[in-house]
Amino acid sequence: MENINVKVNGVSVSVPAGSTALTAARTAGVEIPTLCYLKDINEIGACRICVVEASKARGLVAACVYPVSDGEEITTNSPKLIESRKMTLELLLSNHKKKCLTCVRSENCELQKLCKEYGVEFDDRFEGAMNKYDIDRSASHMYRDNEKCILCRRCSAACEKLQAVSVIGANDRGFDTHIASPFEMPLGSVACVSCGQCINVCPTGALSERDDTQKVFDALSDPTKHVIVQTAPSVRVGLGEEFGYPIGSIVTGKLVTALRRLGFDKVFDTNFSADLTIMEEATEFVTRYTNKDHLPMFTSCSPGWIKFVEYYYPEFIPNLSTCKSPQGMFGATAKTYYAEKEGIDPQDIFVVSVMPCTAKKFEAERIDHSAVKGLPDIDVVITVRELARMIRKAGILFRDLPDGEYDSPFGLGSGAGTIFGATGGVMEAALRTAVKAVTGKDAECLDFLDVRGTQGIKEATYDLNGNIIRVAVASGISNAKKLLEMIKSGEKEYDFVEIMACPGGCVNGGGQPIQPASVRNNVDIRATRAAGLYQDDLNLPVRLSHENPDIKRVYDEYFGTPNSHKSHEILHTGYTVRKKY
Amino acid sequence: MKKPISKIPFNGTPEQEAKLKAAIERSNGNKSELIYIMQQAQDIYGYLPYEVQVMIAEGMDVPLEKVYGVATFYSQFALSPKGKNAISVCLGTACYVKGSKAVMDKFSSELGIEPGQCTADGEFSLESCRCVGACGLAPVCVVNDDVYGKVTPEKVVEIIAKYKSK
Repeated sequence: MENINVKVNGVSVSVPAGSTALTAARTAGVEIPTLCYLKDINEIGACRICVVEASKARGLVAACVYPVSDGEEITTNSPKLIESRKMTLELLLSNHKKKCLTCVRSENCELQKLCKEYGVEFDDRFEGAMNKYDIDRSASHMYRDNEKCILCRRCSAACEKLQAVSVIGANDRGFDTHIASPFEMPLGSVACVSCGQCINVCPTGALSERDDTQKVFDALSDPTKHVIVQTAPSVRVGLGEEFGYPIGSIVTGKLVTALRRLGFDKVFDTNFSADLTIMEEATEFVTRYTNKDHLPMFTSCSPGWIKFVEYYYPEFIPNLSTCKSPQGMFGATAKTYYAEKEGIDPQDIFVVSVMPCTAKKFEAERIDHSAVKGLPDIDVVITVRELARMIRKAGILFRDLPDGEYDSPFGLGSGAGTIFGATGGVMEAALRTAVKAVTGKDAECLDFLDVRGTQGIKEATYDLNGNIIRVAVASGISNAKKLLEMIKSGEKEYDFVEIMACPGGCVNGGGQPIQPASVRNNVDIRATRAAGLYQDDLNLPVRLSHENPDIKRVYDEYFGTPNSHKSHEILHTGYTVRKKY
Repeated sequence: MKKPISKIPFNGTPEQEAKLKAAIERSNGNKSELIYIMQQAQDIYGYLPYEVQVMIAEGMDVPLEKVYGVATFYSQFALSPKGKNAISVCLGTACYVKGSKAVMDKFSSELGIEPGQCTADGEFSLESCRCVGACGLAPVCVVNDDVYGKVTPEKVVEIIAKYKSK
């Protein structure tokens, strides 16, 4: 594409024709503040924070959507602009619930940050009518406080463009405009997949996960409970950001020590049950592949994806693997095998999960297939953000912690387990084990590079001793939907398909630390966090699920073989058709 | 003002449904015809209740929230049915200064509904309008095709009584 020359604050730069003033400024090393802008997802020029002066335009223009032309001069920081942005902020504050002291997003709020940067001195410069809304706490994973909403539409854009479910949007008009579901239905009763991507893109405290930390503190201080915790693969590359580490830093050792110091009786690794999932799922796949039974088989680790199929594509329910997710398998094994082994009544075992995911909160409430009748497999799920909150509340200086080791018997996880947290990871882990199951020996190279990377849809074909296996991997529900439509129409045929609800997989899950748009627009947090996991995989002594000694032991002592009668009863589950309307 | 949502049970007929489905069929999967389809649906049903919006969402393969967002954005779309007697109170400038807000409030309290709603028995619906071109008679209200001038809250009771089914 041809380049054009523009000047930003007097600095000459060359940018591709069609570039916006925002991009040109970035190229010139200038940051323009934004609020509603989310690259590729929400480019609507609505909030007027990014206004600039452009020599070929009259009045102030929104830099995020204004295309610069050759020879144009852009000014981004004149006194006039600073005053305009300041007034925009003051107007936003005129209808904003200014409960910053008690807000979950205080110090991580894009509105608050801009007010500070622009020296907004009075939060009541414009006084007038304010909207009144009840907080919607109907969903099991999150709540919405519309009185803190600035109507940037980033949430509804994520819901529509990334996740293709569109259960929230702007209702009514003018001063009454607000984000909600059709017919003002509570979020808990619409076809929301609970992915939490809307929370991750919300600039303020309008959207937040349901905070379950008090339930965990209560259990920890109950002497009759044996409280154990599991940490999902991608927690180790997410949590550090809450404590100032660069994106993608691996903080496994400090994570373990922090949990131990919070008072958990045992600290276990979901990587272990990810390996368990691979044993079950790879075996299930080989059987179904041999019998041509409901192919392609879809992975079942992502509860947002599961909920999506149940609501929107129930015809594919028979194609879902019957394996519980690693979180579910952990809880089920803890309340059966572990309870027996340790001689603890399952009633007294309290299982906490630390997850990068809000949909896991919903998954934990699906108790119709729990391992011990009447008891949930998982008692409480907290997100990475909630864990960080607990660590801070307990006065634990995270950065000063020594490294700790996970406890036995669920402390060992293979590299295959750790990469579950990135899109393509489950597929790669399953392939590593399926190769052994089909050919009798391990693959020469354990890196299945075709299924790695952050592209929305990936495909590959493998030849295992003459058995041709066609696989596909998708992340982000909008990509999953595209793939399902292609499978439905017969345009594509696969044997095994991995799907993660969140774009990039769990590393970008709805429960991960929130990165502001200024970071999300310029850094690929999915790839950066995933790189941490692939590094972890290389560092681990065992990279194959079936070589994990903790896994071998749990089969020897309890389950027998993968897909045995016992494992079916405890480690597998079923699905329900859900009504969209 | 937020559009009130009707609680009156939906009683669409198979004929109405067939008509709407045919209209959707004619749009040929063209999602940009959403507003046009919604206008036709309102012509068929008189308003756009939940059941009708679901039919449109399903038929056109657009999210229900999109349909609802459009329905609540444009004043031409109604979420409540029109009553047998449709009352419209002018809240235009002249009528407003002459006290039409008090007239509207009286209709509201007498009928037990908000503007934009219909009584549960389907007898009366209430809405506001902007100028019927009779400012000399302000405040003005219109019931069906009858125009009433110089209305006071006291006269509201009489007007309602006139239209009540015997």
